[in-house]
Amino acid sequence: MLGTNIAAPDFTLHATPDQKFSLSELKGKNVILAFYPADWSPVCGDQMSLYNEMHRFFNKYNAEILGISVDGKWCHAAFREARKLHFTLLADFEPKGAIAKKYGVYNEKEGRSERALFVLDDEGIIRWSYLSPVGINPGADGILEALELISRKK
Amino acid sequence: MPGLKPPFSKADHYKGDLESAVQLLEYGDFQCPHCGAAHPMLKKIEKRFGSRMLFIFRHFPLSELHPYAKIAAIASEAAARQGSFWEIFDLIFENQSRLNREMLLGLAKSLHLNLKKFQTDLEDPALAEKVESDFESGILSGVNGTPSFYINGEKYNGPYTFESLSLAVDQAIEDSSRSV
Repeated sequence: MLGTNIAAPDFTLHATPDQKFSLSELKGKNVILAFYPADWSPVCGDQMSLYNEMHRFFNKYNAEILGISVDGKWCHAAFREARKLHFTLLADFEPKGAIAKKYGVYNEKEGRSERALFVLDDEGIIRWSYLSPVGINPGADGILEALELISRKK
Repeated sequence: MPGLKPPFSKADHYKGDLESAVQLLEYGDFQCPHCGAAHPMLKKIEKRFGSRMLFIFRHFPLSELHPYAKIAAIASEAAARQGSFWEIFDLIFENQSRLNREMLLGLAKSLHLNLKKFQTDLEDPALAEKVESDFESGILSGVNGTPSFYINGEKYNGPYTFESLSLAVDQAIEDSSRSV
């Protein structure tokens, strides 16, 4: 897993069926990269739904969140619509898990990414990262603490 | 391990004995089916531990997922202003499947609340802010879904079954008696 104080590798992935999105487009903003295993997690109040309630908090820190999993762009589109998600989900689909591998959070055995969080500052430097234990939704307290630290350093 | 931020205070909704050995706190959402399912289980927990346990509730409405979660939370705050928080709390969960604004007004009526005041309070931004501030405390405390439980300020990560939760409460009672 990539450590802190290094530049986050850039990438370009599908954000919607007909749009691609590059990390570098968010220069000047703090970014939360949320790698997660799969769309359609069965629990209510799952990780992505939790982040969906948090735009107010992320806005306060000039931060944008991106969800990334190996699900395809059409799957993401249906998932976003069903859960009414307001933030971008990226499809790390082809080649499968390439970006998760770059960030060191791909699980070869299961063929999916781990549940991992990276918080980048507005220059694209990784300032905090966290690998969540299997099956445990990490919540958002760590993300907010990291954003608070970034904002205090300014 | 995430702990409760801020810790319990009398500004929270609580029931039981303030001097009791264990504080069980729930972050919940009135429209969340898992919270609805946990409600009768929590009743059993309360019954079992009686005065040995203080039960506390904080709001954690997932409003994007549950369109009536926030208004239900505000309605419970409006009822609290008339001394009926725990009464409406039970009624909302017991009637969760038909939750909407009309239903909340009906519950207020059945509790013989002053309806005019109740309706005015539903629009009071101070109550919406109270709900928001509970939500924010939940985020800072590491709430990762609903219901989330804290026992004496420590997050409980086990399953929401009577057996598992009462075991954890038992353990906390034992720990507190040992440390005295």
